[in-house]
Amino acid sequence: MRLNEHPILNFQKRRGKKIKIYFEGQPLDAYEGETIAMALHAAGIRVLSYSGEKHRPRGLFCAIGKCSSCLVKVNGIPNVRSCITLVEDGMRIERQQGKEEIPKTVKPPQWKDAIKVEGDVVIIGGGPAGLMAAINAAKAGAKVVLIDENPMLGGQLVKQTHKFFGKREQFAGVRGVKIAEILIEQAEKNENIELYTETSAIGIFQENDRKLVVAIRKNKELVEFWGKAIVVATGAMEKMIPFENNDLPGIYGAGAIQTLMNTYGVKPADRVLIVGAGNVGLILAYQLLQAGVEVKAIIEAMPKVGGYFVHAAKVRRLGIPILTRHTILRAEGKEKVERAIVAQLDENWKPIPGTEKVFDVDVIALAVGLRPSIELLHQAGCQIAYIRELSGHVVRRDARMETTIKGIFVAGDAAGIEEATTAMLEGKIAGISAALYSGKSNISWLKEIEKTQKELTEFRSGPFGKHVLEGIKKVMVGEINE
Amino acid sequence: MSEIPEYLRKGYIEIEELKKIIELPSEERLRKKPVAIPECPQEIPCAPCREICPTDAVIMENVNDIPRVNYDKCIGCSLCVQICPGLAFFMVYYKGNKARVTMPHELLPIPSVGEEVVLLNRVGEEVGKGKVITVVPREKSKGDTPIITVEMPIELAWDVRAVKVVRE
Repeated sequence: MRLNEHPILNFQKRRGKKIKIYFEGQPLDAYEGETIAMALHAAGIRVLSYSGEKHRPRGLFCAIGKCSSCLVKVNGIPNVRSCITLVEDGMRIERQQGKEEIPKTVKPPQWKDAIKVEGDVVIIGGGPAGLMAAINAAKAGAKVVLIDENPMLGGQLVKQTHKFFGKREQFAGVRGVKIAEILIEQAEKNENIELYTETSAIGIFQENDRKLVVAIRKNKELVEFWGKAIVVATGAMEKMIPFENNDLPGIYGAGAIQTLMNTYGVKPADRVLIVGAGNVGLILAYQLLQAGVEVKAIIEAMPKVGGYFVHAAKVRRLGIPILTRHTILRAEGKEKVERAIVAQLDENWKPIPGTEKVFDVDVIALAVGLRPSIELLHQAGCQIAYIRELSGHVVRRDARMETTIKGIFVAGDAAGIEEATTAMLEGKIAGISAALYSGKSNISWLKEIEKTQKELTEFRSGPFGKHVLEGIKKVMVGEINE
Repeated sequence: MSEIPEYLRKGYIEIEELKKIIELPSEERLRKKPVAIPECPQEIPCAPCREICPTDAVIMENVNDIPRVNYDKCIGCSLCVQICPGLAFFMVYYKGNKARVTMPHELLPIPSVGEEVVLLNRVGEEVGKGKVITVVPREKSKGDTPIITVEMPIELAWDVRAVKVVRE
């Protein structure tokens, strides 16, 4: 089902031309500009593949190309990430059965045919951190190439209908969707920035003083991106928690649900249970109400709301219960979620027998935290540490966002889970630092870095920021800027 | 564990708990003209209310401080209700035996002036019916959020913080 009316978003304006795609031989309507998984979900199709050994049904989970839960066969080719691959008229899509062979008629791309793109700074990731890095590196004098594996830029900003916090110069009071529009427009207009979407970075290499990012464009072309400095702004990946049947189609990461309803205007469900009362879970609940979806409850294992109180108050006054000290025991349903069973936790985090509650829902949203996407930084050889306050493994870096490999910078959630305002500020610092490293920037730009570091410090001076700062202190190489 | 404030355990704040954190306006002030009430008891990095206030009535030294309103300086212009990203600002005005509460409303449908709406308290319970007095639609709002002013019995002024629009 598709959404038509929405208090914040206008989907009619966004949808492209109506086209036909075929799923297991059956024709379906789709719109140009949407991804395969979105069109299938709109048609009520949730099972996208079956697992190799036990043939368990699998559906979407992250919807941003990171988890491989949504692989399908497209025109005979397996392993296509349906969540970030755009529909094309006449496309034939089939469910994938475990690991499938690549047909012999298909030729993989050859190194000798790789397209070569040159810049001073190569940026991986076009979310708030990557876009700010690109805009500021270009302003500081560098020629910038930015790549992103999604069909649209903006990262997670494109699905944030809520207004941002912070100060006016940090876009406070402006909705995430609008911030995405502003940053994308600035990047597109800048002659010193080249943008590549649908382009997945698969490796980082070094040759003398030049760095190489190898990428695959539109699932077929091999592209070499050469530069003097690299900014890795690859964001984060949603966490999963263990419970019975947690792979049932309809158990979605919170971000996937936002992608469905806010980016593509597809109604994600009729009734939802949300697991996790951090900011993501609370904001998701409000967005679901705005999309006309019933939210049965938000459950949270901690004894308190983890996100901002104001986000909780917003959904409580519209009647959504928040059950703290509760956990999910299992999901039930045939090939899709039909029910969720939850229970109260005792002081030792053990479910209390007899407190089970059953919620009849068709989607269970997991908003149980994020972990930094550091795969490329790991492969490149950057030093890594596990930092609980930053929600996982992160790279060691200095106050200018440079990692332990000279010329490789990091920004945003990839540097440690925080939020979009700090991602933008970190992106700005990383972008200018990368431009300075590439030798194309004037030393006077150091002042802009210092100014931005001060803004970050002020933003992080409250209780939420202090927690993050504890983590940053543990990974920081050299002096922390406080 | 005992240090967790009650509002974070429950996800909403009781008026008695709010009173311990911020002072509320006097009845005399409430009868003069509408006055802004910040229901924002937690330190978060956010300052648009202070930035937009035309009379500097919102007091906040650091971006992480909780907002407090100087009720004498507040002119009841509703800009803070329009801009607040947390939808945590409201206005209250006493008129005879009625109260008028101004609140954000980001759901469809947007009620019309004169329409009867169901009044919801801070936990979403239906506590009565009220009449919509004014509507600032999204395109006229300075914060991209539609706001509505609803008239209700005076005893509900400190309970009602949302409405439900019921149409046949």
